Amino acid sequence: MFAFTIRKIIYNIPIYLAVVLLMMALLRIRDPVAGQMGKNATAADFAAKRVELGLNEPLLSQYVSLLGSIFTFDFSREIWLEPGVSVGEKLAESVPVSLALTLPALCLTTVLSIVIAMVSAFNRGRWLDRTLVFFAVLGMSISFLVYIIFGQYLGAFKLQQLVGHPVFSIHGYESGIQNWAFYLLLPVLISVTVAMGYDTRFYRAVMVEETEADYITTARAKGASQMKIMFVHMLRNAMIPIITRIMITLPFLVTGSILLEQFFGIPGMGYTLLTAIQNGDFPVVEVFTAIFAGLFIVSLIATDILYALFDPRVRLQ
Amino acid sequence: MDDPAPNTTPILQVRNLQTSFKTDRGMVTAVDGVSFDLFSGETLGVVGESGCGKTVTNKSIIRLLPEHVTRYGDNSRIMFKDRNLLSLSESQMRGVRGNEIGMIFQEPMTALNPVFTIGWQIDEALKYHTKLNRAERRQKSIEMLRLVEMPNPEKRIDEYPHQLSGGMRQRVVIAIALSCNPEVLIADEPTTALDVTIQSQILRLMDKLKEETGTAIILITHDLGVVAQACDRVIVMYAGQIVEIAPVRALFHNPRHPYTRALLDSMPKPGVTEHQQRLPAIEGTVPSLFNLPHGCRFYDRCQRAKPDCQDRLPELVSLDTANDQPASDETVQHGVRCFYPLEAAKS
Repeated sequence: MFAFTIRKIIYNIPIYLAVVLLMMALLRIRDPVAGQMGKNATAADFAAKRVELGLNEPLLSQYVSLLGSIFTFDFSREIWLEPGVSVGEKLAESVPVSLALTLPALCLTTVLSIVIAMVSAFNRGRWLDRTLVFFAVLGMSISFLVYIIFGQYLGAFKLQQLVGHPVFSIHGYESGIQNWAFYLLLPVLISVTVAMGYDTRFYRAVMVEETEADYITTARAKGASQMKIMFVHMLRNAMIPIITRIMITLPFLVTGSILLEQFFGIPGMGYTLLTAIQNGDFPVVEVFTAIFAGLFIVSLIATDILYALFDPRVRLQ
Repeated sequence: MDDPAPNTTPILQVRNLQTSFKTDRGMVTAVDGVSFDLFSGETLGVVGESGCGKTVTNKSIIRLLPEHVTRYGDNSRIMFKDRNLLSLSESQMRGVRGNEIGMIFQEPMTALNPVFTIGWQIDEALKYHTKLNRAERRQKSIEMLRLVEMPNPEKRIDEYPHQLSGGMRQRVVIAIALSCNPEVLIADEPTTALDVTIQSQILRLMDKLKEETGTAIILITHDLGVVAQACDRVIVMYAGQIVEIAPVRALFHNPRHPYTRALLDSMPKPGVTEHQQRLPAIEGTVPSLFNLPHGCRFYDRCQRAKPDCQDRLPELVSLDTANDQPASDETVQHGVRCFYPLEAAKS
């Protein structure tokens, strides 16, 4: 198992190095300083700005310096938009806010949709299953924006009118666990509602395949109850697709939800990233993209390790 | 051997079993009026082509069919230890499955759960049906593996199904089915997916276990060679009904139903090579359950058919006595569902 992990990590290092290089090259197709320069800037102004920001150095030395900061977790480059604030400080400020929104949403969505998918799969073809599938498809077919706007209107604004005091925040954010429900519960519920349709349908397909497996019949012939069959036999066998689906979404947790954060005024990573992109804040975009690629590869490695943990057939000698 | 203790009371009595399924094209009756007795210590073979109702009959006994689309006839009864299994609740039935009635399946390669060790899978049955503690259950599991002649059981118990061969997996499936000492073991084509040498080992093993534990076995198969090797009595099924029931010797030496005859003829004979003799196949196919003929269900494939066979469905009659008593409610030695059965061989 240890050797397996080490091997996976070693295989992925060159992939990461190549991805970062490619990303840096792509970000330099358009002159990064262009967004910072005024209308009447001359070529000399451009050159001076590039020297100031270290963008005149050879790509290779910029590459080495970026990798250095990634592997040492030293993100002290200054943000262009807010002088005096480092990229690291900005990330440390925004990422936890996004996680407070996306992590509970992911957990809730996954647990709920797996349970509903199992119930649906076990009642396949009957009215309960058909009803659940109908709502899943309906849920998938409605735009994210509709959920946000109506969620905000009904859940925050109308509810506030109804009970006479604010239950959920309409716009704004304060950190702290005691403020979590007020500012984030509504966005979390909206996010869960949106994702439920997709996830339920995916997990139902996985579960339907498992309900037809021969080992289910063997378990029933042994005298296992429906609950044991669903939550012990089937769930363990369905772990590979479940892990795949969860792990692939993990890196996206740090990017937060651009739409939800915009509408509810939550200063998370999605909000920060959107502002940075719109204003050409090059260091934020570059460092974040490099970190995101890293997280993606880490989650792929973790996926392989989890596969081996849950399915003995994947384990290598 | 031809006489499986007819005086003892049967452990399992199936009476007029009728199993129907709700389908998109309406109700379809897969098993229609099947009655038989099963005695302790005997092996009862069930043979017939695919789709004859062999598996449905036996899955009805332990109620493994999808309940929401399955209907049992009002007069159907499956009596097991003074209880009608068809009227038990699902939770009562769970106490019977794996405990008093065990079942083994056709596909040993897929019948075991791939992500749990074989020890865990034997342990599970013991956990549901016995009061043994963890250590005792492990001991018992090892004992069961030893009983099914698994080499090196102390080590094998912690292995996963994919580390075992097909024959070894089938031994594990048998160990699970027998772990709680069931009175009845239903084996649904247990050797079909195995190669011939392993087949014979598994059959011998089942026979040995039957001797040791006194378990009654229902052996579903379409392989008459397996029947000859392993069974005491045989039921021949066709289109959801029993067409002949007989002790194994009588069936092979003195078949009375034309379908049984045809099945026997389609078996390869030892000493005759392929070039010398082409095996006769039975022409045609089993009639669709959606469109069963009015009269004898074997009519259009039968070589002895006479015009009046089309008009009414023959009853299963006893051949034990000369007068044609209906056979379904009595324990018959030899019964046949045919207006014009083959002549009895001179004894």
